Amino acid sequence: MSIKIENLTKSFKNKKVLNNISFEVADGETLAIVGFSGSGKSTILKLICNLIQPDSGKIIASKGDIAMSFQYSALFDSLNIEDNISFALRERKDLRKKFSEQEIQEKVSQKLKMVGLEGIEKNFPHELSGGMQKRVSFARAIITDPTIILYDEPTAGLDPVSSTIIENYIVTLKNELHATSIVVTHQMSTILRTADKVIMLYDGNIVFQGSKDEFLKQDNPYTKQFITASTEGPMKVQAKSI
Amino acid sequence: MTFIQEYFKQSATYQALILISKQLQDFLETLGVMSQHFLSALFFALKLDISRKDLINQCSRFAVDSLPITLSIVGMTSIIISMQTAGEMVKQGAGSYVGMLSALVMIRELSAIMSGFAIISMIGSSFASELATMRVTEQIDAIKVLKVNPIKYLFTPKMLAGFIMMPIIVIVASFVGIICAGLAAKIVADISWLNFINSVWQGLVLKDLNICLLKSAVFGATIALISCSCGYMAAGGAKGVGLATTKAVVWSFIAIVVWDYIFALVFYF
Repeated sequence: MSIKIENLTKSFKNKKVLNNISFEVADGETLAIVGFSGSGKSTILKLICNLIQPDSGKIIASKGDIAMSFQYSALFDSLNIEDNISFALRERKDLRKKFSEQEIQEKVSQKLKMVGLEGIEKNFPHELSGGMQKRVSFARAIITDPTIILYDEPTAGLDPVSSTIIENYIVTLKNELHATSIVVTHQMSTILRTADKVIMLYDGNIVFQGSKDEFLKQDNPYTKQFITASTEGPMKVQAKSI
Repeated sequence: MTFIQEYFKQSATYQALILISKQLQDFLETLGVMSQHFLSALFFALKLDISRKDLINQCSRFAVDSLPITLSIVGMTSIIISMQTAGEMVKQGAGSYVGMLSALVMIRELSAIMSGFAIISMIGSSFASELATMRVTEQIDAIKVLKVNPIKYLFTPKMLAGFIMMPIIVIVASFVGIICAGLAAKIVADISWLNFINSVWQGLVLKDLNICLLKSAVFGATIALISCSCGYMAAGGAKGVGLATTKAVVWSFIAIVVWDYIFALVFYF
């Protein structure tokens, strides 16, 4: 077991966003969390990496760092790419004395290479395309060799080809780092390419939990509606909430 | 009874009370969060757990970037005061005290408070909008996920830079202010440089200078703390950034006036 979520509940301003949800992700497994906008997917990631606290419930994660790639990359725009990626190595007390300046630079180049980018160390985030910024955010996330990587909508706002590249890197990073991954996504292509397991959220509840193949069978009315992108089905989406 | 309650709830008095209570709650909440930020930043500063590069960058930003506007504001203000007073003082036979008055006004009050206002508009607003943008674009969340303390990284170097650089700015601004006042006195009331400078030394005592330095350091740290806190607590998108910047500027203005009052009360009365 790499991550175990038990009876997690979270509300914002009296609105229950997550209602008593439980699931597990095994070591090296990739879990895709899908659902409509506002169904609580990103909230799960923020709870796992301790950015917010749950109202009740438990999150048990295996030892090691938890890294997160944010929806809009969240690169530090005042720092160049090298400083962005090496941020944790330079600023964290436990890592600062572990690496020399040369080792830091080598590690940055190595991580950039892993995400298919080279020679952009001195560039600034605004000089890169959306897809490149995403990959830099992956490199920043994996600089500490984390055991768990969280991806918040990694292909949001990207064209289909860039999305495929990003999805391939998610698989590459999983294989090379043997890390457990959780991918929050709306995209079927991301589920198809990256996921081993899928959970589907609706209105703060898990309405489907199973393997990717089970998800694709469309036996469940919720998954069927999601895959067929139908407005008819058990999930009612109000126009004002989109 | 219910009817009276409903009627009261619709009244302007009730709405005003609700508004005041919300403002008060917001004020106390912000004050509480700022105190927490101050203590955390102080903890890291005392431990000297900050990057030297960050501190130098912030010092350069605090002093170098703001110096032209600070010197312009202090210089112009001192010229205006000298123009308004020098002529009158000569008429009353107190022309030999113009330099003393200018120096006292500069060192005791004007240079610190006017520099403070300039720094708030130049640096405080930029700190606030920078942190607010980092908040709304999840950069602060990214810092936390990377297990770096955001207060240590974002607040401590800025507060220390304010504490260190503000007295230097104020000393330079006071010097420029006194020179400008002397220039204005010469032009308006024909007071010679020698008379003016001699009278400057008559009025100044070391206590004034020490208090001026201490006050400036407190102003600098306060401006950095309030600006960073307001930015850090921002929420929402572009509107949130704007509101945080406005709040930082207003709060900083009020804070340094209150500090100025406290210093005057404690050290001069």
